[in-house]
Amino acid sequence: MILRLIFRRVLFLFVVIWCASSIVFIIPRLSKTNAIRERFAELSRTGGFSPDDLEKIIASYSKQFGLDAPLWQQYQDYLGNILHMDFGYSLNRYPMTVTQVIVTAIPSTLGLLLVTTVLSFLIGNFLGALSAWPKAPNWVRAMATPFVLLTGVPPIIMGVLLLFFIGFRLQLLPLGGAHTIGIVPDGSLSSYLDLLLHLILPSLALILGSVGGWVLSMRGMGITIQGEDYVNFAEHKGLTGKVIFRDYYLRNTLLPQATALALALGTVVTSAIVIEGLFGLPGIGQALNSAIRSNDFPVIYGIVLFITAAVATLMVAMEFVYPLLDPRIRNQ
Amino acid sequence: MADALHKSPILTVSNLEVTYYTDAGRAKALDDVSFTLNAGEKLGMVGESGSGKSTLALAMMRMIKPPGRIEAGHVFVGGTDLMALSDEDMRQARLSKIAYIPQGAMNSLNPVIRIGAQLVDALRSHGIRDSRAQIEERCINALKSVDLDPAVFRMYPHELSGGMKQRVCIAIGILLQPQVIIADEPTSALDVVTQRQVMETIDRVKNQINAAVILIGHDMGLMAQFVDRVAVMYSGRLVEVSTVREMFTNPLHPYTAALISSLPNLQNKGVFQGIPGLAPSLLRLPSGCAFHPRCTKMMEVCQSTRPLTRTLESNRLVTCHLYDAVV
Amino acid sequence: MTDATLVMSLRPSRFWLAMRYIRRNKSLAIGLAVMLFLIAFTVIGFLTINPRHAYPLSAATRQAPSWKYPLGTDFFGRDLLAAMVVGMWQTAAIGLIAGGIGTMIGVFLGFVSAYFGGLIDAIIKTICQILTPIPVLLIQVVVAGSLDKRDVTIMVMALIIVMLGWMGTTLVVRSQVLTMKERQFVAVAKLSGVGSMGIIFKEIMPNLLPFIAAAFVVQVFQAVFASFYLAVLGLGPLREPLLGNIIWSAQGQGAFFNGWWWWPIEPAIAMVLILGSLALINMGLDELANPRVRKSE
Repeated sequence: MILRLIFRRVLFLFVVIWCASSIVFIIPRLSKTNAIRERFAELSRTGGFSPDDLEKIIASYSKQFGLDAPLWQQYQDYLGNILHMDFGYSLNRYPMTVTQVIVTAIPSTLGLLLVTTVLSFLIGNFLGALSAWPKAPNWVRAMATPFVLLTGVPPIIMGVLLLFFIGFRLQLLPLGGAHTIGIVPDGSLSSYLDLLLHLILPSLALILGSVGGWVLSMRGMGITIQGEDYVNFAEHKGLTGKVIFRDYYLRNTLLPQATALALALGTVVTSAIVIEGLFGLPGIGQALNSAIRSNDFPVIYGIVLFITAAVATLMVAMEFVYPLLDPRIRNQ
Repeated sequence: MADALHKSPILTVSNLEVTYYTDAGRAKALDDVSFTLNAGEKLGMVGESGSGKSTLALAMMRMIKPPGRIEAGHVFVGGTDLMALSDEDMRQARLSKIAYIPQGAMNSLNPVIRIGAQLVDALRSHGIRDSRAQIEERCINALKSVDLDPAVFRMYPHELSGGMKQRVCIAIGILLQPQVIIADEPTSALDVVTQRQVMETIDRVKNQINAAVILIGHDMGLMAQFVDRVAVMYSGRLVEVSTVREMFTNPLHPYTAALISSLPNLQNKGVFQGIPGLAPSLLRLPSGCAFHPRCTKMMEVCQSTRPLTRTLESNRLVTCHLYDAVV
Repeated sequence: MTDATLVMSLRPSRFWLAMRYIRRNKSLAIGLAVMLFLIAFTVIGFLTINPRHAYPLSAATRQAPSWKYPLGTDFFGRDLLAAMVVGMWQTAAIGLIAGGIGTMIGVFLGFVSAYFGGLIDAIIKTICQILTPIPVLLIQVVVAGSLDKRDVTIMVMALIIVMLGWMGTTLVVRSQVLTMKERQFVAVAKLSGVGSMGIIFKEIMPNLLPFIAAAFVVQVFQAVFASFYLAVLGLGPLREPLLGNIIWSAQGQGAFFNGWWWWPIEPAIAMVLILGSLALINMGLDELANPRVRKSE
């Protein structure tokens, strides 16, 4: 029973990844100009490679993209390579493979994502829940309003505004990068503090840009749940406000909000990537950014596929958390 | 019951008044409601929807929410005036002095936590600091007393039937042995057999803890089988309180008489006789007696002057001008 | 009776009813006001400035805001006031084209899916489900990145965005039509022999309009958002003064490090106004379309 469900979800996951890979496979081939060939032409003009290296890359690409092989054969090889996490070589940072580029970039992106998503989810939901709670102190409700007003501001613009006001005008925090020039990331305490300083603005941009959405959706949920019979009965039972808030009210909003988090993952990840690009932080975002600037197609495709797979996997994984949050799902 | 009459009442409601302030105007949902109830006595509260039955229950629990407000009145339970308590004391009084068993028990239990936890939190919130085992035993005893299997303690609401959920609500209601239990249409969503079982359960647990019970409902037939006295409400006012026997043999208020004759019985089988006219909107009550436009015995005085509530022989209450001369 | 006639004669005109509603529905009112301001800015802008100044080498470079250049100029010698006007117009064009096409696709597929059901419904639903977990922006990155940069125009950009931007509307319309199909008036129409096209256009469509309007606003919002993100990543039509492009080039030239603060901040504020007004209008329409939200406020 449960095994069948897991099997079905994993199958679904594979279909999603397969679809994404196919889109990434087909689109460059629909384009009337062959981007890779053009890139090679450009490279040989500027002479970035030794002839030996160039031959190696072209050989690797004729193999991976199998430019002479029939399309069907190319497609099969391509899917097989993806299964092995083999996205080919980076054009720009040869001899690094795309997988190596991703692996070096992933830790800092993951850290930024984790911290900002968890913080904005917790802050937003807590403020939203309190702002819908009639017994909440007025100052809490007053606090929720500015966040709601920020809903329409995407993190990237929040980033520009923060850079202007806090980084440029007040000169409180650095304007970008991960380290102050002159400070070497040698693992000493001061270099970590320096890194932390550089992470404040991008984190703030991501949090402020997404917290309002949680406040809004949680507020709506809270208003609905307060009309429920069980919250009324809880009050008739003479429970303390704290217990009602925690066990009857928050507990029942957890499942819908967790679902919303799963659905928002794609947006959350793309926001983080764009923010990394804006602030020049090392990570997936910057790797993608420089790949786009330098037409490093294998890296672009590799990153896109990797993130798609990661987001889809997380979404499916979240579905297995729902039964822990709501006993009604456990039985189905 | 004859003994009960000589005791001092355990519940005294006097001059209770509730107003809802809506956009369309003020609606007096409860108007000058007074009655008393003795320990172990069961009072049925009947009336059309919107007559103020549920408002009365909420007002007694002090659970009227804005735009509604309790304007005046007292509710004495065993000598304590609930209206004079602080918010925190009132919270403590709920369930320990006066308990409410909700209408629509289908959704009255929190779907995501176990039944047991929903009994335990009620005890813990009332300052009971017994050990976990003692508390669990107490809850299981409460479940047993409403004919539920102790295994229910570890179950979730969605695993129970409608009747079982209603019993759980009753078990919660008697956990702290309150002196007054209000059951708001406890059987409205249940089938006939379960209805009977639930009513019998309420009856039995009432006897165990000798509480006064107020049963709210609109099913006069079901009510007649289970209560001692019946109170009839109309447009937020109490129009008559009598024993069941008196009410069926000799109804005093014309509205009561109409209610009883609208009941199906063997004589008028197949002929359904309603009460002509509609219940008035609380926003625009008729002048004088609110029932006068639909009343068959309407007099001139009924259109202009509000009748007072009078106590007649054998402790019957009636609010009608027909009895002005009797006293 | 007399009461009713009195009420009828006192009934205010539709205009005043609408005004009164807008006063109650604050988010709709503010959103529309901001939108009107932006439209006025663009229209008056086009009447007073020379659109050619929105392109490089048409003005002095790196000028802070002054009387001559109210919004300053950038590193490449664009007059940023002209760039704002043209960029605003281009953003609106992308939003409207992509939003319009996306809404049409979504409404069509949603209708077909819900109305005819069966295999068609299953296929459309499955496609939507499979596409939902894929971060759309990244696929758009692939598409835009694979194109020759010279081929990327405003129209191409709109098409890239709309390619994967119709699932939301499809699902919303589908669920609405499904509930409406069950309602009585549709059953009555069916029984009285109205054909399926008749039912769609006479019975269901009018009831669906508020939802379609709300879906359209969401589509426009998402299109503006997506085009902005693509442009910030440097995948927009690089020559055009699209708001995202301006931020991208400002960031590329280290505008804040060099003290040219006006350069990135102006398109950012413009974007806040556009997205903010769309979000507010969307919230207002939601309240209009969904009486449950209206009641709970």
